[in-house]
Amino acid sequence: MTDISDRQQLSYIAAQAADARVNLELETEGMTLNIGPQHPATHGTLRIIAKLDGEQVIAADPVMGYMHRGYEKLTEVRTYPQVTTLINRIDWLGSFANEVPFILAAERLMEVEAPPRAQSIRTILFEMSRIANVVLFLGDMAVQVGAVTPVFFAFRDREHILNQIEAVTGGRFHPNFDRIGGLKDDLPAGWINETKQVMKKMRSFCDEIETLVLGNEIFQARTRGIGVIPADVGLSYGLSGANIRASGVDWDVRRDNPCGLSYDQVDWKVWTHPDGDSFSRFWVRLQEVRESTKIVDQLLETIPAGPIMAKVPRIIKVPAGEAFVETENPLGVMGYYIVSKGDLVPYRVKIRSASFNNMSISPWLLKGVYVPDIITILASLYFILGDIDR
Amino acid sequence: MLAELSYWQITSLRVAGGLGGVLLVAGTLVYLHLFKMVSFMQSRLGPMEAGPFGSLQLLAEVGKHLQKEDIFPRKADKFVFGAAPFVILASTFLLVAVVPAGPDVWFVNVDTGIYLAMAVSSVSVIGILMAGWGSANKYSMMGGLRATGQLIAYELPLILAVVGVVIQAGTMNMQGIVAAQANGEIFGWGGIGNPYILTQGVAFFVFMIAMQAELTQAPFDMPIAESELVSGYLTEYSGMRFLLFFIGEFATAGVFASIAAVLFLGGWWAPIPGLAFDDNVWNLLGPLLLIGKIVILTFIVFWVRFTFPRFREDQLQRIAWKFLIPIALANIVVTALFKVWF
Repeated sequence: MTDISDRQQLSYIAAQAADARVNLELETEGMTLNIGPQHPATHGTLRIIAKLDGEQVIAADPVMGYMHRGYEKLTEVRTYPQVTTLINRIDWLGSFANEVPFILAAERLMEVEAPPRAQSIRTILFEMSRIANVVLFLGDMAVQVGAVTPVFFAFRDREHILNQIEAVTGGRFHPNFDRIGGLKDDLPAGWINETKQVMKKMRSFCDEIETLVLGNEIFQARTRGIGVIPADVGLSYGLSGANIRASGVDWDVRRDNPCGLSYDQVDWKVWTHPDGDSFSRFWVRLQEVRESTKIVDQLLETIPAGPIMAKVPRIIKVPAGEAFVETENPLGVMGYYIVSKGDLVPYRVKIRSASFNNMSISPWLLKGVYVPDIITILASLYFILGDIDR
Repeated sequence: MLAELSYWQITSLRVAGGLGGVLLVAGTLVYLHLFKMVSFMQSRLGPMEAGPFGSLQLLAEVGKHLQKEDIFPRKADKFVFGAAPFVILASTFLLVAVVPAGPDVWFVNVDTGIYLAMAVSSVSVIGILMAGWGSANKYSMMGGLRATGQLIAYELPLILAVVGVVIQAGTMNMQGIVAAQANGEIFGWGGIGNPYILTQGVAFFVFMIAMQAELTQAPFDMPIAESELVSGYLTEYSGMRFLLFFIGEFATAGVFASIAAVLFLGGWWAPIPGLAFDDNVWNLLGPLLLIGKIVILTFIVFWVRFTFPRFREDQLQRIAWKFLIPIALANIVVTALFKVWF
């Protein structure tokens, strides 16, 4: 290399410098797109900071906590019956389902068990709140992909479910109906037959969605192969519910650990899908609504007679101890970890809500997708802001 | 009848007719399709309070928008931002100029009518890009860029579909195309003339899809995409300027539908055997027939819009370049061969 003249060296350096200049000029600047906290796709106040190259996402970072209401702390200054009023508001589309794991955990600490009739009705209402919740997802997913009409069908048919829940509990969105040791009231007269009719309507709604949305080629082109979650990645991020079942993991707390609910008395199926993409998450949820209607139908036939309230003291003091109960809520596995010191109020409550964990995968999942797919993927992960922020 | 009027009388009639032809038709389409048809599809009633069956709702909306503050974003390019809606509206009015509604009911009757229409319809791209750029908003910018890519891609199948009709009619004059359909024959049989939807069905299919994309209606509403880009290039607009965009959207839908009606459904003429009227009767009947055809065609547009999800940007481009353009080109070749043989 010694025979390189000065002239050659200079020209080499000049060429390098020119190359560097060109690279500098051609380098495009990324754009940071701030999706939310006010954005139609986040249905709430979720914020996603997306770094874009053109329309491709380089990095996405969800910012949570805009709607944090401090429920875990607030429960520490409320008696056990008062807590249900609060935790109703966590997943506000399927509120009754929020009460059940908390009540079950408190019952476990108190060592009472709800009578069979209460357990059966509890399961029915639990499944109905699941239907009310997921039906809205089925419509909303279509809106996020761009079809406006299905969501109106979803709102129309959800009304029937809400009417039935209202007929029993007196509340459409926030029933506050579950009690330690049973339920507040019995079923009203004629409710069973009405509910069977409603379940029929929900099944026909599912058929409608299947032809209108699921079978649509554009919908499939937008969702198939988009946002694929392999089973191991999903499990390592703590995904639960339909999100992980869509990745082929056969895990449903209702079947595997039905503590205190009457899922073992009915004949139903846990659906899974091998693909793990947005489409399969939609598909699994659609099948879940169908299974839920079947569960409700079977339970309506076999509600046992008897009291709806076990013997519990007038003033509820939960003995000292710790209990964790989880159930399969509409959004995924939800659990309450209650620590009691034998007081009127819980000493500490930890809420494991499904959406928080389901959202935690989003930075991994959104890397490299296009902007329109951010919306599809988020919609198919299906979060409720109250469930993320609590 | 019209021939007896003086030049300025005819001109002012035509200007008034142009305004009415755009705005009244746009209003009708908003009421019929956006307010009512869609509501019935979505199991609701739509507006019912303003006027009988809510028919005056649009006036109420216009009044509301006129009262609103005309907001310019702080970092907006004020001139570009302000001018964008007028550019789009200008494109619409230029477009309607060549559409005939009767033997004497026309605004301009140029020999290259359809050529002019295709040319001025691209002006709206500039308006949309101006709106996207001028808003100084990332969502608007992305919407504007998406719109530009989309509209340029779909100009091509639109024009190629028209070429088939032009070859068959042998003229670019819009009146000439109507006359060619009225006097046409399908392989020697001239019982109902030849509305080109029968012999140019493929071109009609391509034209309707490309038109859907040109109007940025779902499944091609990527530029607006309210669930991802908030409202795309419309995000920052409010009040009067938003109203202009809104009216422009429906007016353009009506005008494109009228062009499709002239090209494929015979325009102001009706394919009924033995139909022979005086020109004066056609002058009255023609606009009504044309509006009826516009309503039918826009019904299809809005039916599709409120049924289908939207494509992604790359899928949308793929449809234009790999599906629509080859079909349109094949249609041109086949039409030319038949034109030579028969």
